[in-house]
Amino acid sequence: MTARPEPSAAAGTAAALVDRHYLDVRDLRVTFGTDDGDVRAVNGLSFGLERGRTLGIVGESGSGKSAASLALMGLQRGRRTTVAGEIWLDGENLVTASPERVRSLRGRQMAMIFQDPLSAMHPYFKIGDQIIEAYRVHHDVSKKVAKKRAIELLDRVGIPSAARRVDSYPHEFSGGMRQRAMIAMALSCDPSLLIADEPTTALDVTVQAQILDLLNDLQKEFNSAIIIITHDLGVVAEIADEVLVMYAGNAVEHGPVQEIFSAPQHPYTWGLLSSITRLDRTRSDRLRAVPGNPPSLIAVPDGCPFHPRCQYANLAGPATRTERPTLETVAPGHRVACHLPVEARVRIFREEVAPSL
Amino acid sequence: MAGFVIRRVLGGIVILWLISVITFLLFFLVPKVLGSNPAILFAGRSPSEAAVAGVTKKLGLDQPIVVQYWHFLAGIFTGRHFDAGPDKTWCPPPCFGYSFKNSEPVWQEITRALPVTISLALGAAVLFLLIGVGIGILSALRRGSVVDRAAMTVALGAVSLPVYFTGLVLLLLVSYQWRIFPNIHYVAFLDNPLLWARNLLPAWIVLAFLYSAMYARLTRASMLDVLGEDYIRTARAKGLPERTVVGKHALRSALTPVVTIFGLDLGSLLGGAVLTETTFGFRGLGKTSIEAISTGDLPTILGVTIFAAGFVVLANILVDVFYAVVDPRVRPT
Repeated sequence: MTARPEPSAAAGTAAALVDRHYLDVRDLRVTFGTDDGDVRAVNGLSFGLERGRTLGIVGESGSGKSAASLALMGLQRGRRTTVAGEIWLDGENLVTASPERVRSLRGRQMAMIFQDPLSAMHPYFKIGDQIIEAYRVHHDVSKKVAKKRAIELLDRVGIPSAARRVDSYPHEFSGGMRQRAMIAMALSCDPSLLIADEPTTALDVTVQAQILDLLNDLQKEFNSAIIIITHDLGVVAEIADEVLVMYAGNAVEHGPVQEIFSAPQHPYTWGLLSSITRLDRTRSDRLRAVPGNPPSLIAVPDGCPFHPRCQYANLAGPATRTERPTLETVAPGHRVACHLPVEARVRIFREEVAPSL
Repeated sequence: MAGFVIRRVLGGIVILWLISVITFLLFFLVPKVLGSNPAILFAGRSPSEAAVAGVTKKLGLDQPIVVQYWHFLAGIFTGRHFDAGPDKTWCPPPCFGYSFKNSEPVWQEITRALPVTISLALGAAVLFLLIGVGIGILSALRRGSVVDRAAMTVALGAVSLPVYFTGLVLLLLVSYQWRIFPNIHYVAFLDNPLLWARNLLPAWIVLAFLYSAMYARLTRASMLDVLGEDYIRTARAKGLPERTVVGKHALRSALTPVVTIFGLDLGSLLGGAVLTETTFGFRGLGKTSIEAISTGDLPTILGVTIFAAGFVVLANILVDVFYAVVDPRVRPT
C-alpha cells in the first residue's frame, strides 16, 4: 500500500511546512481504557525535534515517557488504547495514517532501542538473523546481501570479529554487546528518527558511557533525530541537546540542556536535579527526594498536576489548584508550565535551590 | 548433539531397567511377603496342594527372587521355555513373560493390542492438536472477545467432564439412539480403512474433546505470555507484518511448551487409554491391563507396564531432543 496523506492534509502540509519541525508532536493524548476508568498516560504533549538533534525525555515512572514514545512508533497495545492529537514525521501525520503505512515506516524511518536487550531479542534466533530480518522487511535484497549488511553494522557498533559473532545467539552476548547488537538492528535501515527507551539502564556504568558515546557518534554519522528516554539526568547531561521534563503525562519544562541544568524554572525539575548524587560535593546533607508519589493517571489532580507535591504551591495563587498551566516561553527555546510568577521562580531557584545542588 | 542424544538414550535405558526391577519386585515379592503364593493364581480355581507345589516348581517360583528376575530379563532378549501347561511352551524373544490365564506369551497380547491403542492415540492426537492448538491461538489473539470467552467456557466444561461420562453419552446417542455408528468394534486399518476410521471416530472425538480443551487452555496461556514479551514488541518495532510477528516470532516460542506436554501426553496415551478403551470396548493396551488386573494375570500386568513405561521414557527423550533443537539456550555445546 502506498498510502499518501489525504489530499486536504497534503494541501495543509504545503502551507504549514515552513513552521513544522522534522518531528512535530502536537497535543498528543494516549488513553488506556481500564475497568477503573480511563488512564490518561499522555495528556496533551507537544514538542518538536529536528534531524541531528537529541532530545532527552525525563520523568518518574508513570509520567508517560514510554507511552508517548510507543505511540510515536505506533506500538501502543490493547484494544482499549486510543491515541489522539498529531504526530508529524517528515510532513506526514502518523496518527491518521493507516496502520500499514505506519508499519512500513517502523524500522525504516523510525527505529527504537529498548531497555533490556536480553528480553528484547528473540532467544531462539541468531543475532545476525534478527538484523537480517529487520533489513529485509524494508529492502528487497537477498539473504547474502543482508548478511553482509548485518556484519557491517555489527562491526560499526563495535562488536569484535563481527563476521563470526553474527551467527551467535543473544544469550551468548554480554549485556553491553547485546545493546550494541540492538543498536545495530535499529540502525539497519538508516532511520532518521531513533527512539531509545532507557537504553543504558540495564548496563553497568562503564558500558553505559560506551553506549552513549556510540549513540553520539552514530548521530553525527547518520544525522538522525534521537529521542532518549531516561530517568537518569546524568545520561541527559551527557548526550542530549534539549530536555523535556514530563510529569503526569504532560511536559512541564522543555529547553536546551544547559538552561535546564543552569536555570531550571519548574519546581519539579528542581526536585529531579536535587535528587542527583554528586560525588564532587561534600556530603552536607541527605539526598533530597521529591516528596509524595506520582499522581494516579485516572484522576489527575485539578489545576497544575504537580501542585499537591509542590513546596511552593501557596506562592502560585489560587489558579494552581483549578487551572492547568500551559507551556509559556521564558527564554528562546525554553518553555515552562507553572503558575508561579517568573520572578519568583528565578529568585527561588537562585536563593533556595541552586546552593544545595 | 549426538553425544547428548546418546546420553539421553542410555539414561532412558537405565530408567526402564529400574522400572522393570521395581515392577518385578512388586509383583513377585509383595505376594510373598503378604503370604499369598502367585502359583495359586496360576494353578486354576481352588487347586490342590500338590498342584500348587507343582506349578511353583515349574514356574521357578521356589528359586531366589534374583534368579527369577534374571530369567525374566534374559527372556526378553533370548526367549525362554515355560512348562506350566501340558507341554513345554516356547516363548520367543522378546519374551515379556507368559500369560497362563490366556495361554499365550505376553508379547503376543501386546502386539495384538498395540495397533488398537496406536490407532486410538494417533487419531485423537491429530484431532486435538488441530482443534485445541487452533482454538488456543485464536483465543489468545482475540483475547476478551466473544469467541475467546465462549471457547474458554466450553473448555472449562470439557476438562471437568470425565471420559467415561462423555464417552457413554456419545455412545448412547450416536450408536444406540441415532444409530449413526452402530456396532462399534475395532477393525484393522489394513482390513478396511474406512470402517477402521468410522468405528474409531466416536472414541477419537471423546478423547479429543477432553484433550482439545486442555490444549486450548495451555496454548492460549502460553501464547498470551509470549505476546507480552519484549521481543515481540521488538519484532513489531522492526516493522514486521503482524502475520510474521505472530506466525514466526510468537508461535515458535508459544508452541514449545505445548509440544513438550504433547510428547508426554502421547507417550502415556500410547501406553493405553484405559477409560476410553474400556468405554468403547476396544482391546488396546489399556483394556488389556485392566482385564489382567481384574483376573490377577500378573505376567501380563508386568509386561504391559514395562512396555507402556517404554513409551513414556521414549517420549521424554524425544521431548528433550526437541527442546535442544528449538531452544539454543538449552542446546548442549
